[in-house]
Amino acid sequence: MNCNGVIRHVSSYIDGELEATVVEEIELHMRQCRDCTILVQQTRLTVHLYYDSDLVDFPADVQARLHKTLRKKIREERK
Amino acid sequence: MYCVTLAVQSIQPGLLANLVKTLTLSTPNPHRLPSKVAREDEHLLVAAAKSGDITAFEELVNRYERKIFRLTMNITRNREDAEDAMQDAFMKAYSHLDKFHEDSRFYTWLVRIAANEALMRLRKRRPNQVSLDEPIEGEDDFIPQQIQDWGPSPEQRYAQTEMRDILRAVIEELSPDFRVVFVLRDVEGLSTGETAEAVGISEAAVKSRLLRARLKLRQKLDRHLRQDGKH
Repeated sequence: MNCNGVIRHVSSYIDGELEATVVEEIELHMRQCRDCTILVQQTRLTVHLYYDSDLVDFPADVQARLHKTLRKKIREERK
Repeated sequence: MYCVTLAVQSIQPGLLANLVKTLTLSTPNPHRLPSKVAREDEHLLVAAAKSGDITAFEELVNRYERKIFRLTMNITRNREDAEDAMQDAFMKAYSHLDKFHEDSRFYTWLVRIAANEALMRLRKRRPNQVSLDEPIEGEDDFIPQQIQDWGPSPEQRYAQTEMRDILRAVIEELSPDFRVVFVLRDVEGLSTGETAEAVGISEAAVKSRLLRARLKLRQKLDRHLRQDGKH
């Protein structure tokens, strides 16, 4: 395994989707390569920072219009 | 043996509250983190809504409206489209509730509907920017030129609002192809198969785009989080 190999597999590696032998090869390489160790660490942190992150505001007027539209739709469907 | 521990602290209320507190590089963690929206009573609400209990459906709306708007905004990056997509998603969910067979979580089913609604609007606005299964770029584009440490806990150097602004600005730079897959898979927590179904691409394409999206985001975050970026 070289650095390009780690880059190709980094996503599957942090998701735990790789065969044990490939994991071993990656970890063996990381023991000798500081750059790949940091790359894996930073990619993993990137995923964790975004997971379920609340980056979008939910404005009150958007919520009010949703409720109004749904109430109207439900009334119509129940007629 | 490498065992790098990252102290993950809360960035904003709720954002990282449920995250694993330490990560070790030597032991990949394959487990998705428990979603805060996973509630045991969801299936009871769905059953009640199916039998005509409007209050139960309204509770489902109240529970997920914020997340569905986040999803449609993250995909379309257009408030008007995001609002329309969210409204249509909830209306379709209500109309087709009898077709939901509970082989997945209601929330996952709702996310798939909302993602479809958002993608339709995105494709209408940017017909040439959202491709299907075509390869996008070569792998060489993602090989980092220079790796720099972010320090032991980069998120601690920023105020919550500042970190939120950074994360938002960085994800907005992603092209729609990458952003859609990343949002469904890594923000909303869908599986590879569910993401593939929602976007209409193969699982191999989802994995390929996810890899590239994660590498691109890491690269873009690097500009902000590297240790010499802020003191």
